[in-house]
Parts: sequence; structure tokens; C-alpha cells
Amino acid sequence: MAKITLDQVRHSYAQNPDDDLDWALKEVDVTWSDGGAYALLGPSGCGKTTLLNIISGLLRPSRGRVLFDDRDITDIPSDKRHIAQVFQFPVVYDTMTVFDNLAFPLRNRDVPQAQVDARVHEIAKMLDLEESLHNRASHLTADGKQKISLGRGLVRSDVNVIMFDEPLTVIDPHLKWLLRSKLKELHQQIGSTMIYVTHDQTEALTFADKVMVMHDGMVMQIGTPVELFEKPKHTFVGHFIGSPGMNLLPCVIENGYPSIDGHQIISAQKLDIPEVAKRVEIGIRPEFVSFTPNGLPVEIVKINDIGQYRIVETRHKNTTIKIIVAEGLHIPTADPKISFDPAYTHVYADGYILT
Amino acid sequence: MIDKTTNQKAWFLVAPVVVLVAFNALIPLMTVVNYSVQETFGDNIFFWEGVKWFEQVLHSERFHDSLLRQLSFTSIILLIEVPLGVAVALSMPKKGPWVSVCLVLMALPLLIPWNVVGAMWNIFALPDIGLLGRMINGIGFDYNFTQQPTAAWFTVILMDVWHWTSLVTLLAYAGLCSIPDAYYQAARIDGASSWSVFRYIQLPKMKRVLTIAILLRFMDSFMIYTEPFVLTGGGPGNSTTFLSIDLVKIALGQFDLGPAAAMSLIYFLIILLLSWVFYTLMMRNEEQ
Repeated sequence: MAKITLDQVRHSYAQNPDDDLDWALKEVDVTWSDGGAYALLGPSGCGKTTLLNIISGLLRPSRGRVLFDDRDITDIPSDKRHIAQVFQFPVVYDTMTVFDNLAFPLRNRDVPQAQVDARVHEIAKMLDLEESLHNRASHLTADGKQKISLGRGLVRSDVNVIMFDEPLTVIDPHLKWLLRSKLKELHQQIGSTMIYVTHDQTEALTFADKVMVMHDGMVMQIGTPVELFEKPKHTFVGHFIGSPGMNLLPCVIENGYPSIDGHQIISAQKLDIPEVAKRVEIGIRPEFVSFTPNGLPVEIVKINDIGQYRIVETRHKNTTIKIIVAEGLHIPTADPKISFDPAYTHVYADGYILT
Repeated sequence: MIDKTTNQKAWFLVAPVVVLVAFNALIPLMTVVNYSVQETFGDNIFFWEGVKWFEQVLHSERFHDSLLRQLSFTSIILLIEVPLGVAVALSMPKKGPWVSVCLVLMALPLLIPWNVVGAMWNIFALPDIGLLGRMINGIGFDYNFTQQPTAAWFTVILMDVWHWTSLVTLLAYAGLCSIPDAYYQAARIDGASSWSVFRYIQLPKMKRVLTIAILLRFMDSFMIYTEPFVLTGGGPGNSTTFLSIDLVKIALGQFDLGPAAAMSLIYFLIILLLSWVFYTLMMRNEEQ
């Protein structure tokens, strides 16, 4: 068990990075507290896996330090870091039985046989693998194999952190749900720090207490799922989380409030200083837009009924605004106007939120 | 009632295959079977002999000797080439510019015609003018492959190892390259030693390609003819007369068509049987 700190970590796969584009990770400063369930969320190629491999010691960061409980472990090899990692594709040792697979990390560390037996049975019970303990691991299904990968991490009692690198990619949809709840349950049972890398927001938001959103080698925001939803710190977070993502409307700031074509919009905060920025936008989630008698005039482009609610695509001039309308609510046909819930209306300058 | 239409035109479509198989397999094989049960005289006069030639071959000391030589040769080269090939594959770089350099260097021996390999090694190993022969004699060993059976065996084996280890290497390398990085990373985290990585990851993942490599090397080496024929001509004496060299001597040297045909069939059955045994043994675990 440990607190994990990344201290000004940067990483580049190039030998001599000079361009900004050469950096896969651009200056990451984070602390994960002991026992938390974290998710690392971001699109493919944003640096999530690089970050994970730096924590596990499979990569040495080009700059910066990695600390476990304030102890610098940047140069300590993976097997001495007391970490466990579950990969995207299940890794099992084909020629061994399930039992031997689970016992492998312990036997490599010369743990006495009796202790190995006890520990393997305990973990197998947790993962519902008891019945197949003496079968060949290569004959299990993908989710069974992924459980073994996980089990090899859990079996060591000294793990500081368990890391998951998109572990559900190859699992059938109906088993994904089961395995995900299993992970959640295990986290509560054993209480070790878990870091879960994924590009699937549902996975991240259901698994983690805190989600770290990454984009282009940078950490955009760290927060609870609710924070990410209600107050994204960057337009990328607003856009990436939510379905559909946050609406972005170009605007100007007048008298401390944003305005679109002379229509004043009330935002969550009064903005005292008129910002000098290249791009000023209002960010509002489709959930917080509604049709009202007065407001911004729009035309309706398309209505998408997806069962529990409808997604109405509207347009004001050249800007598309999506609105989520609950089933049963009326959608005006003649001269529709919309307004935004002020509490969830944020203004972004060059992508970053204004407060 | 359903009318079944019979369309005899279908026969024309399989005809090319039938003709091809007939000419390249069935007819030659049946010719051999035909010779193996008859006594042949000039003017194509044949007398039925039954299994006489088979009995004669199976009881002949000459056949036993060449079979024993053949088995020893094949075992020795398999025992050298397979571990050596795997070892070379393991030490080859996985990425970078050296990969192509290594692959081309490895493939070179495989591209040389077999009789050229024999001729090359013949000159290379000659005790008076060959580089290898002079060197061995120079460091104090009495070496002359044209006169000493041990020296001849040493040269033939060295030549085969030089010629064919690359095949095992290339196949093993292909197997190694197909192992995803995650396996090595997981093994590192699990604290596996490099022996464990080899034993539990690399070897199991190479199993299929190694099976192919062993089968190919077994069959090829069991049928070896050209290289030792050019290098030693089967000598000195009969010391490097392997089965196919012996067979050619009987069939084309002595023109004993009956015994030669019987020996061919026995030879063929031995290869078939041993290949089957190898394959079954190596694939045994897949089924469990």
C-alpha cells in the first residue's frame, strides 16, 4: 500500500526530443492517495499507457521522478516495485495450470509452498476460479484468462498498486459488466490502490472514485465523475465525457456575461475582467439546455429518439446545439427558442474554463 | 418426386487434378511397386517374385548399415541444429536496422544450390589446399576427410549444420516475433528469471514453428544425397554412404531394379512412420 506521486514527469520515445510533438507525456504532476480507485481516461494515443508503464517501471521517464510513499523509485525495476499490472490482452502462461499461473509470482519470490497454497486458494475463491484451478490455463475463455492475469497481481500480499490497461477490451459485452463489478468488489475487499486505464467513459465513471482525463500527453482534469460532468475544466473534457458531449458556442463577453449575437446568457460566474483571448466559447451540456418561450432563437435540424429521451439537434446561425429532451416533453415546432441553466453554463477561453 | 439431374460435365473439371496427381505421384509410385515384386530382364520381360526383394533388403547387412548411419546422422544434426538454431534466434535483434542484416546473412546458406554447397566444402576442407583442412592440420590435428571416416563424418555434419541451421533459426525467429510485448512485461512484473521466460513463454510460443522445423529437418536430412555425394562420394569406404546414396548405387550402379524398388518403398515407409511419430509426440499436449 502506498501513495504514488509523479513529480514533473515527462516522457519522450525519441532519443533527443526537441519539438513539442516529440513528447508523449508533457509534464505530469499527480498524486494518487493510498487505497483509491482511479481511472485514467483519454482517447487512444493520449499517453495513458505511457503513464501507466512509467508507474510500473516498464518505462523510465525521460524527466522527473516517481515516488511511492515519498521514496524515489524511478530507477527501481518492476519486480521490486511491488506492483501488479493487467494488460489489454490477457497474459497467461499457456503450459501451466491455473494454479501454477497464480502461484508463479510467489514461487519466483521463493515463498514457502504452504503459504503459496493458502494464498492461491484464497485468491481463486475471490475470483471464482476454484473449479478450474487444475485445468490448463490455455483452455479458458478470454474473461477467465483476464481473471488469471488479475489473480497473479492479487496473489502477492505486498502489492502497492494494481494497474489495469484497458482490461476489458477483449471481453464479451455481457461479461464486461460482471467483471467490472467484480473489480469494484475486489477494491472494497482488499483496499489497495487501483489505477484503471481506459478510453471508455462508462468504464471509467463506474469504476473510479476519481477520474483523470488525459489529452495529448497532458492531464486535463482530475475529479470525481460528478465534477467532470458538471464543471469540466477544459472543453476537451466537456466534449469527451458525456453522450452527446458538451455544446460549444462562440460568444463575446459584455458586462461580465457572455453574449451571442446580442442575446445575453447568464453563466455560473460573473466574469469581471473582459478576457483577451483568441477564442471565447460558452460550454453547456445538452442535459442543461431547454426549450423556453424566450431565449436564443434556433432552428431544429434533426430529432433522434433513443428511447428514454430524444436528442434534438438545433442550429443557431452556424453553430450546432444539441438538446436532450425527456420523453413526453413538448418540442416546439414554430419559432423555437432555447435557454441554458445558469448553474451549468461555463465560459471557456482558448479551451480553459474562466472562473 | 425430385428429379435428380446427373451432369457428367463435372468430371471434366476434376480431370486436370486427376491427371496431375496421376503423373506426379501415382504412376511413378506404382512403377516402383511394380518393379519391387518382379524380376526384370531386358526387353521388358518380367517374372513375378512376390515379397522376395523385400525379404532380401530387410535381411541385408548392407541395408542395416546404411540405415544405422542414416539414423545416427539425422539424430546428430537434429541435436545440434535445433538448439543452435533456437539459440541464434534468441540472440538476434528484435528491431532496428540490424534485423534485416541478420535475416539476409541467415538466409544466405539456404540460397546456395546443394551441389555447390558440397563442392564448396570439398575444396574448403581439403587437407592440402583447403582453408579449413590446412587450419585443422595446422593446429596439430591429423585431418583428412578423404581417408579418415571420423574426419569425413565431422565434415559432413559441419557442412549440414552450416547449411541448414539457418532454417531453424528463421522459423524460431518468426515464432519469437509473434510474442506480444505484454508477455515479457507481465513476466518482469511477476519477477520471472530469464530461464522462466524462455521455459514458460518463448518455448511454448515457438512450439508450433519448432515442430515444423524439426519435421522439415528430419525429412530433409533423412533423404540427404547431393551434399555428401559431392563432398565424400559416400566414402571413405562406405563410411558416409547414407540410405539414398546406397539406393542410387543399387539402382543405377548395379542396375538391380527389384531390390532397389523394394528398398525405396521401405525407405519411404520409414520416413512416413518416423514423421508421424515425431508429429504425434510433439502435438500430443495440444489435445489435452
